[in-house]
Amino acid sequence: MSAIKFTKDHEWISLDGDTATVGITAYAQEQLGDVVFVEMPEAGKTVAQGDEAGVVESVKAASEVYAPVSGEVVEANPELEDNPALVNQDPLAGGWFFRLRLSDAGELDGLMDEAAYKAYIEELD
Amino acid sequence: MNGKTTFTGHRGLELREDLIFEIGTRDRSGVDLAPLRGLPDRLGGITRDQVDLPGLAEPEAVRHYVRLSQKNHAIDMGLYPLGSCTMKHNPRLNEKMARLPGFADIHPLQPVSTVQGALRLMDQLAHWLKTLTGMPEVALSPKAGAHGELCGMMAVRAAIEARGEIDRRTRVLVPESAHGTNPATAALLGFSVDEIPASEDGRVDLDAFRDKLGDDVAAIMLTNPNTCGLFERDIIAIADAVHAVGGYFYCDGANFNAIVGRVRPGDLGIDAMHINLHKTFSTPHGGGGPGAGPTVLSERLAEFAPLPHVVANADGLELVEHGPHTPDKPFGRMVAFHGQMGMFVRALAYMMSHGADGLRQVADDAVLNANYIMAELGDVMSAPFAGPCMHEALFDDTFLKDTDVETLDFAKAMIDEGYHPMTMYFPLVVHGAMLIEPTETESKASLDLFIATLRDLVAAAQAGDTERFKAAPQLAPTKRLDETRAARQPVLRYGVTEKKQARAAE
Amino acid sequence: MRYLPLNDNDRAAMLHRIGVDNIDALFRDVPSAARLDGPVDLPLHKSEMQVERDMQALAAQNVTAGAVPFFCGAGAYRHHVPATVDHIIQRSEFLTSYTPYQPEITQGTLQYLFEFQSQVAELTGMEVANASMYDGSTAAGEAVLMAHRVTRRNHAVISGRVHPQYVDVIANLSDMGGFGLTHIPPSLQGTEGLLSAIDENTSCVVVQNPDFFGTVHDYTELADAVHARGSLLVVVVTEAVSLGVLKTPGAMGADIVVGEGQSLGNGLNFGGPYVGLFAAREKFLRQMPGRLCGETVDADGKRGFVLTLSTREQHIRRDKATSNICTNSGLCSLAFTAHVSLLGGDGLQHLARLNHEYGLDLADKLTAIKGVSLVNDTFFNEFTLELSQPADAVVEALAARGILGGVPVSRLIPDGGFENHLLVAVTETCAEEDRAAYAAALEEVLS
Repeated sequence: MSAIKFTKDHEWISLDGDTATVGITAYAQEQLGDVVFVEMPEAGKTVAQGDEAGVVESVKAASEVYAPVSGEVVEANPELEDNPALVNQDPLAGGWFFRLRLSDAGELDGLMDEAAYKAYIEELD
Repeated sequence: MNGKTTFTGHRGLELREDLIFEIGTRDRSGVDLAPLRGLPDRLGGITRDQVDLPGLAEPEAVRHYVRLSQKNHAIDMGLYPLGSCTMKHNPRLNEKMARLPGFADIHPLQPVSTVQGALRLMDQLAHWLKTLTGMPEVALSPKAGAHGELCGMMAVRAAIEARGEIDRRTRVLVPESAHGTNPATAALLGFSVDEIPASEDGRVDLDAFRDKLGDDVAAIMLTNPNTCGLFERDIIAIADAVHAVGGYFYCDGANFNAIVGRVRPGDLGIDAMHINLHKTFSTPHGGGGPGAGPTVLSERLAEFAPLPHVVANADGLELVEHGPHTPDKPFGRMVAFHGQMGMFVRALAYMMSHGADGLRQVADDAVLNANYIMAELGDVMSAPFAGPCMHEALFDDTFLKDTDVETLDFAKAMIDEGYHPMTMYFPLVVHGAMLIEPTETESKASLDLFIATLRDLVAAAQAGDTERFKAAPQLAPTKRLDETRAARQPVLRYGVTEKKQARAAE
Repeated sequence: MRYLPLNDNDRAAMLHRIGVDNIDALFRDVPSAARLDGPVDLPLHKSEMQVERDMQALAAQNVTAGAVPFFCGAGAYRHHVPATVDHIIQRSEFLTSYTPYQPEITQGTLQYLFEFQSQVAELTGMEVANASMYDGSTAAGEAVLMAHRVTRRNHAVISGRVHPQYVDVIANLSDMGGFGLTHIPPSLQGTEGLLSAIDENTSCVVVQNPDFFGTVHDYTELADAVHARGSLLVVVVTEAVSLGVLKTPGAMGADIVVGEGQSLGNGLNFGGPYVGLFAAREKFLRQMPGRLCGETVDADGKRGFVLTLSTREQHIRRDKATSNICTNSGLCSLAFTAHVSLLGGDGLQHLARLNHEYGLDLADKLTAIKGVSLVNDTFFNEFTLELSQPADAVVEALAARGILGGVPVSRLIPDGGFENHLLVAVTETCAEEDRAAYAAALEEVLS
């Protein structure tokens, strides 16, 4: 697996071949609190970078999940429907949201690496 | 210890109560009915076998609901300082008048000649509302504040449609401090919502607002006094500016109680404003309704009021229930029948009781009480904006910085002291917001005790007595409830949990 | 002023503490041009006794339903409400509390809402119900919007036998929201051609049971056909007592059921406040409008209730909310649930059958009169008569004889060719002598 990249909207994306896995960051799940519901895109849906791809809800908040890069949704995490708590427990692995087949891997270059994201969230606090 | 220290689960006067499904049975009843004759029916065989619902005899039913009632806080019991909600005293005269058979026991579609008194009452209420707001027209039928808001924005949409500009005017400006209903209403009508940032002093940022103006603006939706409890000083300039680009000015009237009798919205350039009869005019909140949201309209929007209308003719008052549904007059009907008559009676009884003089005093005392709280707590709690405030005092959580106590914990500790918490985390423009609205029906002694209590809580939080907050409430009928569990596995009716348990046991 | 606890000494002391000379100083942010310097032109305050006198004078100008033989329906029904119900809803703790945002001190409201939702789900035969809507008509409007969200289509087909004012409410919401609508022209009996009106853009078909003219339907076949076209079936019920005896909309295959709950626990009140019922299939839960109360546990593991799934709602989702609604019809839903608890399942079924029997009796009495015929093959407690004369004039003539004899169809459908049709509702409150008096008076009026 290649290096993980981050967006300003607190999604992470990790590339493996021509598909990438997307989720929300540990920081994002902490800000949301207990996640109670996740709405995910259907497989086959095409999204452009920055498009709304899903929604993640806690008891008192709902926030959109945006596509970090453009591509076609290959699959959504089937575990999250019954166990949205995975987003809190394991945001960077078991709590992944969906996988994308990228249409332009070059878009990844515009995203933050781990160090840059760390600096970014420190600035927010 | 809750419920475990006694055999019954009761705790003295605090009585536990199971669900009706656990205490009643299908064949029990608290109603006596005439026997059936067993006539052959004409139901076409389209029938059900049974209704699987429990019944209770009258004494059981009374006890069930009285026990439940005792698990609620209420204005009749104590201060209920929910900002923006206006929990003022609900006069019992209002209830008595609404129950007069001449109002309570009349049908909305009985001949108009047999309900002239009801139409007169609606007409009088309309006169009071129009006079107090300085507006020429009022739609009485909206059933709640959010529904009145929808009515006002539908009138705006209808006017724009009649002007042939509906494809062009697609944007509605909404301050970021607005109630959530504002953007929800605009979106429901197909408008896009454009947020206006707040200024440093908690009001609309006039420059940012002017930058957003254009000929695609349908309306601005503004609350005044606003959700920070402040009067928008630039309101006339805002109205002029939105009119200059051909847009309309919708005012969320949720906080009209702060200015009733002192300021007429019509004099501020407002085109539409809903009035929460359950806030300003004291009809009961009833645990979340029924409310009523009559909506006043300016000259520019008057002709777009929805059906029905009460009009005078030679024989008395007439109810206009049908109208042309044409491109010039696209706004039809918002509700079946004529609106919340029961609330009209209560509100008019309240208005007549106070009169023009008393209603002005209502605004004065509401504003005085809120400013008194601001003055007495300003040194220990943190107010984000300079006063004077209007009818509610807004604090943020700066004073809790460096404690382990958050706004929510602070609120829950107020429950143990016998108070309903203030509005929390709203408006969104303030961190950890606490919005306190005492209303005019609190005495000075009541406010003084409330102030002393909050000062004591602030001192405890700052002294590190975190337990008093984190474990709160300790003395309410229940401890804090697991809202995550409720949302992750929704159980919305009786029998679901029991079925799940049975499945798990298999 | 009796509602204001502050006296002038209090006010002076408080102004001093705030640090201003007079109350006007607190209104200094109001533009001076808009400040009123004295009371508006309305009467001054009145004592409780004076207000009662004025109000009673107005009330006395109305003909009270309970004072005469009374047969009006068309979406609002006069049933007997047990005295206990009015006592319960006047309990301070229910009457003067707010929406239950703080569950630790509003378990009373939350528990009755949970019981209410459970009752509505059982009555309609559906899986989930919400904590109520403003009324039946607005619930119907919200049901259509919900069907649009669920199916991602934007056109609704409405039966011509849905309450005309409900249709107006749906139509207004559709027009304003930019959605499409096909309304079948009203007709008394026979097939309507609903299915042929469905196309690939149809989100739902809306029907009523019993329909506006009183006829009872089994929509099972319609539901199957609607589903086969990828649409939803919305069933409207305006007379909730009918749910005590009729096959449930859920059993017929409805996807969303909306209703007017006024018949149970709530008086006529000249049209409001009433209580809207809203129930649906569980799979559509997240697209439902309105408040939902759910079961959970507290920190001690004890059962309790909270408002839940609020991320659907306006205070969180703002412009992406499922509806702009922010309350329910709390106290009216309490009246509903208390009345249903007093009746019990068997009691409600008995009440429904009693309504039907009184209806059968009156229908027989009236159709024996020359110039009167019954339109419906089936009915519950309301039916449509075809008279030999215009119904509005007949109703006025009956009113002059002290009888409120029903609702002329033309009042609600002025240009549909229904001038001679009269809707007559018969509940348990229409005693034998009332029914006999009606028959005698109608015979006299028509002769």
